[in-house]
Amino acid sequence: MGVEICVEGLTKSFGHQVIWQDVSLTLPAGEISVMLGPSGTGKSVFLKTLVGLLKPERGSIRIAGQDITRLREHDLYEVRKLFGVLFQDGALFGSMNLYDNIAFPLREHTRKPESEVRKIVLEKMDMVGLIGAEEKLPGEISGGMRKRAGLARALVLDPEIILFDEPDSGLDPVRVAYLNQLIVDLNAQIDATFLIVTHDIASARQVPDNIGLLFRRELVMFGPREKLLTSDEPVVRQFLNGRMQGPIGMAEEKDAAQVEQELAQIDDSAAAPAMTPRLLPGSGITRPPRWQTIAERERELHA
Amino acid sequence: MSLSPIGALRHSGSLFAMALDVVRTLPRRPFQVREFIQQAWFIASVTILPTALVSIPFGAVIALQIGSLTRQLGAQSFSGAASVLAVLREASPIVTALLIAGAGGTAICADLGARKIREEIDAMQVLGIDPIHRLVVPRVLASMVVAVLLNGLVSVVGVAGGYFFNVVLQNGTPGAYLASFTSLAQLSDLWAAELKALVFGAISAIVASYKGLTAKGGPKGVGDAVNQSVVITFMLLFVTNFVMTAVYFQVVPQKG
Repeated sequence: MGVEICVEGLTKSFGHQVIWQDVSLTLPAGEISVMLGPSGTGKSVFLKTLVGLLKPERGSIRIAGQDITRLREHDLYEVRKLFGVLFQDGALFGSMNLYDNIAFPLREHTRKPESEVRKIVLEKMDMVGLIGAEEKLPGEISGGMRKRAGLARALVLDPEIILFDEPDSGLDPVRVAYLNQLIVDLNAQIDATFLIVTHDIASARQVPDNIGLLFRRELVMFGPREKLLTSDEPVVRQFLNGRMQGPIGMAEEKDAAQVEQELAQIDDSAAAPAMTPRLLPGSGITRPPRWQTIAERERELHA
Repeated sequence: MSLSPIGALRHSGSLFAMALDVVRTLPRRPFQVREFIQQAWFIASVTILPTALVSIPFGAVIALQIGSLTRQLGAQSFSGAASVLAVLREASPIVTALLIAGAGGTAICADLGARKIREEIDAMQVLGIDPIHRLVVPRVLASMVVAVLLNGLVSVVGVAGGYFFNVVLQNGTPGAYLASFTSLAQLSDLWAAELKALVFGAISAIVASYKGLTAKGGPKGVGDAVNQSVVITFMLLFVTNFVMTAVYFQVVPQKG
């Protein structure tokens, strides 16, 4: 079963530059959440703060009863074993081949015999479709393969929380669709808490239980998928529809008068947001009760 | 790196903090034997040849200087003693330090820096592995061991070089040269030199690791880190050398 992450009043700045302030949200245990936001709003910084790689100025992050912003370095390493993180470029160890990369956490943290390590590694490699590429070095494969290998490595220790840093950046639409399906399947299989940081709206509409939006140095909104997809908040609507008209400008912010004018131009009746059907676990996967309820609801909604 | 005094202070502070972390992590099990052997082998392989090649002319220069000096003073019988003393006490730890820092330290710094900017270090920390324990400690120990061994190599090659230049090229007397070896130098000189090499090895590996692990800003950042690590290591090594030599003269009674 996944673990709940409770973030309260979190503020992070580099020098005088505030990245975001007063972010409060709860990532429910076992659910998929997506954190959206225009480029440069500190989504990756948020992710790194969650795993304790960066220290926030204020606020708390409670995971499994511990506030990780106040943990000592040694205890932090223990808590991190709950996490699996997929970094933007996979962050594979360049000097090891894919097999050794994926086996690395097992060899470091467990005393499993090599035969068992092999079984687990091959199982995870099969899960992400990398069978046959064991001997390849990270420098010899494509970005998409590196991402999938990074995901396999994040999965080997059976984490309770999995964080994805832009899993879809630099991938073609077909691979993104496969990856989204993989994420949903994984959630149904291992029941961990997922947080995906992205700016891909299509994924955000299909995949998560919850959506959050970071903009202008704060968390604009965080809540269930339906709430955000049907929200009237201008920033949320602009971002989820990928429009130019709205508060988000090329250089992050626009002046208020221009925003008013643009918002008035939009024909709101035509833009009634349609609910995108949710992505469900594949047919070969036995659905846990949570996913059965979701599937039920989707059937009623889109009947 | 900012040039403000506060920035410099902060960097020195974090450098010492990391040195303390290394000392504190030293006894933690499991010890990374594999990484240690790999690194020791690697550092040895990049330093042995240049060290030997540098120490021959180094020994020769000392022999030449001392040869002409002792002739002017009429103390030819002491030329062997003086050149052994110079090579053993000062030249060999310094040559070792320069090569450990210049060849070994730069390689460590570039390696860790490249891993840092590719987020490999972050990934390692997220996987619950302390890079100090996994990467830095084996490198520091490897660098210390190799420095001690290199110091022995430099001493032998340097003294041999000195002998060759004094006896063959300056027509010194072989017997007198060899006989005077122990008239000034003593065994504690060798121990002191080895101790210096041990400390120099530790300093250069710690500075290189610190600079590598704090590299930022892409490939250029790694280049800057390597550059700064060499400069900082050299400065620290020469200061440390001075202090250790001064302490040595106070602690160990001299011959003659």
